[in-house]
Amino acid sequence: MPPRDRGAPEPAGQRELLSAGDVARTIARMAHQVIEKTSLGASGASPVVLLGIPTRGAPLAARLAARIAEFSDIGVPVGTLDVTLYRDDLRRKPTRPLGATALPPGGIEDALVILVDDVLFSGRTIRAALDALRDAGRPRAVQLAVLVDRGHRELPIRADYVGKNVPTARAEEVNVLFEETDGRDAVLLRRAGERA
Amino acid sequence: MSSLVIRGAQPYGEGEPVDIAVRDGVIAEIGARLDADGAEVIDAGGLVALPGFVDLHTHLREPGREDTETIESGSRAAALGGYTAVFAMANTDPVADNAVIVEHVWRRGREVGLVDVHPVGAVTVGLKGEKLAELGTMARSAARVRVFSDDGLCVADPLIMRRALEYTKALDAVIAQHAEEPRLTVGAQAHEGELAARLGLAGWPAVAEESIVARDCLLALHVGARLHVCHVSTEGTAEVLRWAKGRGTRVSAEVTPHHLLLDDERLTTYDPVNKVNPPLRTSTDAKALRAALAEGTVDCVATDHAPHASQDKDCEWSAARPGMLGLQTALPIVVETMVNPGLLDWRGVARVMSERPAEIAGLPDQGRPIAVGEPATLTLVDPAGRWTVRGADLASIAANTPYEGMELPGVVVATLLRGAVTARDGKVTA
Amino acid sequence: MRHLLSTDGLDPATALAILDTADGLKRTLLGREVRKLPTLRGRTVITMFYENSTRTRVSFEIAGKWMSADVVNVSAGGSSVSKGESLRDTALTLAAAGADCVIVRHPASGAAHRIAGWLAAAGTSVVNAGDGTHEHPTQALLDAATLRDRLGRIDGRRVAIVGDVLHSRVARSNVHLLTSLGAEVVLVAPPTLLPVGVADWPVGAAGSLRVSHELDPELPTLDAVMMLRVQAERMHGGFFPSAREYAIAYGLGEARARMLPKHAVVLHPGPMLRGMEIAAAVADSPRAAITDQVANGVHVRMAVLYHLLAGEEDNS
Repeated sequence: MPPRDRGAPEPAGQRELLSAGDVARTIARMAHQVIEKTSLGASGASPVVLLGIPTRGAPLAARLAARIAEFSDIGVPVGTLDVTLYRDDLRRKPTRPLGATALPPGGIEDALVILVDDVLFSGRTIRAALDALRDAGRPRAVQLAVLVDRGHRELPIRADYVGKNVPTARAEEVNVLFEETDGRDAVLLRRAGERA
Repeated sequence: MSSLVIRGAQPYGEGEPVDIAVRDGVIAEIGARLDADGAEVIDAGGLVALPGFVDLHTHLREPGREDTETIESGSRAAALGGYTAVFAMANTDPVADNAVIVEHVWRRGREVGLVDVHPVGAVTVGLKGEKLAELGTMARSAARVRVFSDDGLCVADPLIMRRALEYTKALDAVIAQHAEEPRLTVGAQAHEGELAARLGLAGWPAVAEESIVARDCLLALHVGARLHVCHVSTEGTAEVLRWAKGRGTRVSAEVTPHHLLLDDERLTTYDPVNKVNPPLRTSTDAKALRAALAEGTVDCVATDHAPHASQDKDCEWSAARPGMLGLQTALPIVVETMVNPGLLDWRGVARVMSERPAEIAGLPDQGRPIAVGEPATLTLVDPAGRWTVRGADLASIAANTPYEGMELPGVVVATLLRGAVTARDGKVTA
Repeated sequence: MRHLLSTDGLDPATALAILDTADGLKRTLLGREVRKLPTLRGRTVITMFYENSTRTRVSFEIAGKWMSADVVNVSAGGSSVSKGESLRDTALTLAAAGADCVIVRHPASGAAHRIAGWLAAAGTSVVNAGDGTHEHPTQALLDAATLRDRLGRIDGRRVAIVGDVLHSRVARSNVHLLTSLGAEVVLVAPPTLLPVGVADWPVGAAGSLRVSHELDPELPTLDAVMMLRVQAERMHGGFFPSAREYAIAYGLGEARARMLPKHAVVLHPGPMLRGMEIAAAVADSPRAAITDQVANGVHVRMAVLYHLLAGEEDNS
């Protein structure tokens, strides 16, 4: 495995990929991309709904919506979509608590739903989200926004909006931290075989 | 010439080790360094010599449930457990309520020849508690029945019990009562207490035993008869017995090894290997029973050896039959609960395992002193030995022991019945 | 969690996790036309009912089906059980046939414990759906879910359980669960219908348990009252003199219900004997949560199946 020693190691054997400032800039860039790609506010464009996938997709969706509102003056409805009950890997981990599903009051019928998650890895979470979405309603189209795409897809799934592409080894871990859930903003890489 | 010399045993665990020479089934000589002169020698260095054990309460299951125990397999278990006489309970199928059945049991015991098998006769016809069985005919039969019991069931009707007590006076016999007031134990599954209530097991209250024991003691005193109380299980029964004996009642009582050692805390697994009647009581009861046995309020230890097929035990609690194996584990449990804690010395063990039961049942040639001229009916015990109980290794056909995997102190090294070695080093030899 | 056999010994964190999952499932399914989740696709759940109980069996069956498990119902009448097969053999057969979970209702206390022991090597989970007079843990969990819905929380709440506590597995399961979640439980019954030594039962340290023979003085301080069913055979078993006397002393009539605080909830595990332990007007009043209990029953049982079957293999 090639050595990766960009940046200073974190105390727990982790390396910082994105600083708090990087995270803010990345989200702002993604907001601009969403506005452009969805023709937000244009006549005839579908209404856009952001659905964050708990845990860290939820704050990310809220932040994206805030930036979009800042840049376009358009308030995009935000909700959360828990996919736990739709996962196909439940038996590989201890029993997971359920996250919250909260669709915006207007629902998602005929909307352009953008699923929002922190890290895109195997694609299985997104597959589960698509199944969950089907049971929750019938959007016109579905797109995907992720802060980090770390590769190693196991399903034919790709993101429409990617904050940062990070080449990783399969055994490494990418951890996204948000102020709301973790007390600070950062993206960390934990090297293979190292434990906090 | 001696046929056998036991070398270096300690009778009753007292004094210097001695040699015991056996001739014609009788103790011929006791002394230091006796001449073996070609006789078989048992090296008994470090062993305690006791009179052979007598069990007043054994279920041998023959006739009827030979899939769980036979007179032969039960005799083997008895010999290996140090017993030289056992009393086979009457609740067989058919019930031992007539001379034909009791003579059959007695004859089969003689044929096997490992232990004196004395049939217990039923008190009432078919154990139904309604009509006296032919007690006199059984007493006068070749089996010479001297103990009568409906064990498994209580002679609940006070008038039937009174008549039975009165009638047996003429037979020099004793009624052994399974004390359980049936109206207080309808559907009962476990000792009525906080634990059984929590486990949802219908209660078998102590008072159902104590009230019958009190009633029977009063009846026995009133008619001047002898009464024997089977498997005393509660502190309250011990108190009733103390009171009754103090008033001159001719009452004797037995306690089982399992009621000395185990308590109802074992029920939390719902494993019916712990199901027995009367049920395992509280640790307070067990402690009181040990004290009662030590002081003589409870006269003796009896096994209530009760083999059951695995399908009758490896099932849900309420469907399981009550009872546990006991013949091969009785002495170790007495050592564990009575000898090691200092409640009983080896002379005391001889009293509760041999002398008193023989006396209660009126056996003239069992429970005798270890002395010249007495029958060489002996048990040699290694007090320092320890062994681990494995149900499958026990001699009984059934394997329902609650002591599975338990390491117990006290090993029976040899058993002699009138000079014949019936068991030695864990093997049946006769 | 491998099995759910009793609430006695169920740690409060696990109990709360199950209640939270049940809440999540309820919210997820709220207002949906298609109430089907793929979570337990390919898992096989077998209900084994040795006693008739349509409501409990159906509740488990729906729970399993809404989670996409394959649910097979075995009833004692229609199987080899009626041909005298032992419980052990039936359980081993069902496990060998591929059951991931066996849900058992049996008249013998401890039956579910025994089955869990026999199936230890098979890896099959066991849910106790009522064993004799021992426990009925999912009923207690759905009661707790209902109380949490109605009262906001369980700890610090005072709950009376009224009636035949002696023969009630529902009461036993509720005593352990509610006290472990911090409730003050009062058992109200004549002495003949209380288990021996019940006041000394070890209960959840967070809560408390006491006994009373009088219902009226308790009513004004209660947050909830749970009325137990009085079974016909008890009426003839001499546990109390007459149905009339029982109803007068322990029945929840309209006058008694008015003595409860406004917020207090009335629960009944069903089936109800209207006019005996509970008046029809009380059972149908807004404070009665009896239909909520049934609805919560499905979500709680889904949650139990989720916790038993959806995580990685747990051999503890």
